[in-house]
Amino acid sequence: MKLAARFTVPGFWLRTRAMLVKEFIQLRRDRVSFAMIIMIPLMQLVLFGYAINTTPRNLPTAVLMQESSDLGRSVLKALENTRYFRMVAQVHDEEAFDRLLASGEVLFAIEIPRGFERAVRRGERPTLLVAADATDPVAAGSALGALTQLVQTALQNDRALPDAGKLPFEIRQHARYNPAAVTALNIVPGLVGTILTMTMLIFTALSVTREVERGTMESLLAMPITPLEIMLGKIVPYIIVGFLQAALIIGTGMALFSVPVIGSLWLLGALSTLFIAANLAIGYSFSTVAQNQLQAVQMTMMFFLPNILLSGFMFPFAGMPAWAQWIGEFLPLTHYIRIVRAIMLKGSTLADVQYDAIALAGLMLVAMTIAVSRFRRTLD
Amino acid sequence: MTADSEIVIDVRGLTKSFDGRVVVRDVSMQVRRGAIYGFLGPNGSGKTTTIRMLCGLLTPDEGAGTCLGYDIRTQADRIKRHVGYMTQRFSLYQDLSVRENLEFIARLYDVPAPVKTAAAMVRRLGLTGREDQLAGALSGGWKQRLALGACTLPNPQLLLLDEPTAGVDPKARREFWNEIHELAADGLTVLVSTHYMDEAERCHAIAYIAYGELLTQGSVAEVIEQSALHTYTVSGDDLNGVLHELGATPGIDMAAPFGASLHVSGRDAAALERAIAPFRKRKGLRWQRAEPSLEDVFIDLMARAKDNFQ
Repeated sequence: MKLAARFTVPGFWLRTRAMLVKEFIQLRRDRVSFAMIIMIPLMQLVLFGYAINTTPRNLPTAVLMQESSDLGRSVLKALENTRYFRMVAQVHDEEAFDRLLASGEVLFAIEIPRGFERAVRRGERPTLLVAADATDPVAAGSALGALTQLVQTALQNDRALPDAGKLPFEIRQHARYNPAAVTALNIVPGLVGTILTMTMLIFTALSVTREVERGTMESLLAMPITPLEIMLGKIVPYIIVGFLQAALIIGTGMALFSVPVIGSLWLLGALSTLFIAANLAIGYSFSTVAQNQLQAVQMTMMFFLPNILLSGFMFPFAGMPAWAQWIGEFLPLTHYIRIVRAIMLKGSTLADVQYDAIALAGLMLVAMTIAVSRFRRTLD
Repeated sequence: MTADSEIVIDVRGLTKSFDGRVVVRDVSMQVRRGAIYGFLGPNGSGKTTTIRMLCGLLTPDEGAGTCLGYDIRTQADRIKRHVGYMTQRFSLYQDLSVRENLEFIARLYDVPAPVKTAAAMVRRLGLTGREDQLAGALSGGWKQRLALGACTLPNPQLLLLDEPTAGVDPKARREFWNEIHELAADGLTVLVSTHYMDEAERCHAIAYIAYGELLTQGSVAEVIEQSALHTYTVSGDDLNGVLHELGATPGIDMAAPFGASLHVSGRDAAALERAIAPFRKRKGLRWQRAEPSLEDVFIDLMARAKDNFQ
């Protein structure tokens, strides 16, 4: 009855326990997995709890004052008091007004027209223009939605205004670039960046660790090839892969969701290549640090998470607190999302997105420098 | 590179430690051009570490020297161009075909006409018809031959082979060694690490390393002579019981079974004679003086090294 004895209940528990103890020992040795168990929930809690705000306030706003009047100033004051708007720029002509919106420096631009005060006094109900960058409907939406009501409340006791049940001027909202607030128009450009980040990071994050794990790195190091040559050789094929992937997403977005590409396709292509290269360089530098492929994937996940949450892809960037915006500035996706939305939806030119383009190039160079210097030429 | 060019590897006092543990201590060696130099020692003795220091994969903590006339500390890039290094683990790309692997290596070394060179190597290895098979799908013996072919493809002057025949069947092993001898006859210098004694005897010169120390070097005959070991073979009945008794007798440094007989050795001839005298009178045992085998010498060296360093 030897065979029967092998399948007893105590035997089942013994073997299960042996397996369980072994798993715990291995988990304890695997520092990166352990760090992930702690870091991922903490990171999610902090980011969702403190950084993310779906009804963002203090959004950067530019003002075009065509006249200097008490009424104009109190209207601006009232707008500011709603806490949705933060006046960051005063402009004097419409060209500057449009440029600030196109470059993404401000999300709103308010125009107080010439003769505004006089027209109000005459009861002509003049128009106050509030233009919004609606490429991100979430950011613009809540401010615009509450606008008329809030201004009315704020101005209720203002002596400069004739008393009336309703506002003595009309607030005309102009949701630029995505007037119908179609989510697809916002999501598709963002998805280009998100998908590229994920796939590009994974490809290169595995590239060096795979060679180390399979034992091919040792003989590669004994051959006459330099770290820079290895890196370039490993990155370039994926630039092409990433480029095809970007073309696929944008092409499908155009075909299925009628997402426009208003700006230059060439510019979009060139800056996408830069973004792809930046992500590949970051993935590659992970792969010079990671001990094995699992760690490389875990590092990628840890980097991907803040990219999704802090880049402005899911939640309005301008609505985040300053510290979160600072972190966001160091993520390539943040800059690329601005670039891709600006070019596709606003028709922005290189001059409009130059800051983000330079930031992307900078991040790429930093990552490449880290990767090449971290790359071990010997097995020491 | 004039008269000294006959010496291909010339290193002195190589020392390397990892995390405070000395892995190689004060190793000096000279290898002549065209020699097959066997590098022997137990697992973990520092063979691989020494080889890695020779080809610039590891920087020695102490010591210096040249490999092919280039400084191993500062001219690793030059060394890499002229050295073929075959790692202990199969290190070609398993997911590339035989031909793709060879072409990749030919291009890395900037060999003229890489496609032709790779095709010639496929023929030379006898892999014609299988050049499009994935390297990972080859049998162990073929993998070793392919790896050797890959090392020799860029026409190196020195081959460093780290346990090239581990886990390979005897026939493949013999063919492998024939190939090494042919390469050496063409003027290539070969440093090969192994822990097979029969392979040591195929080398022109050998060095024995244990616990990171180079214990002896020279030709096989020289090494055996240097050992000054005195050996008897014993055959007869109940050898197992005799073995245990001998092992516990002072004056006998080593007793080990070899097939139907025992090898009994001692460093001090007089002490050995005294120790075995009672056993020689026993019935059913035949005693005979013998040359110590290379294995006897190495086991003895290891035992002595252990006394000294551990």
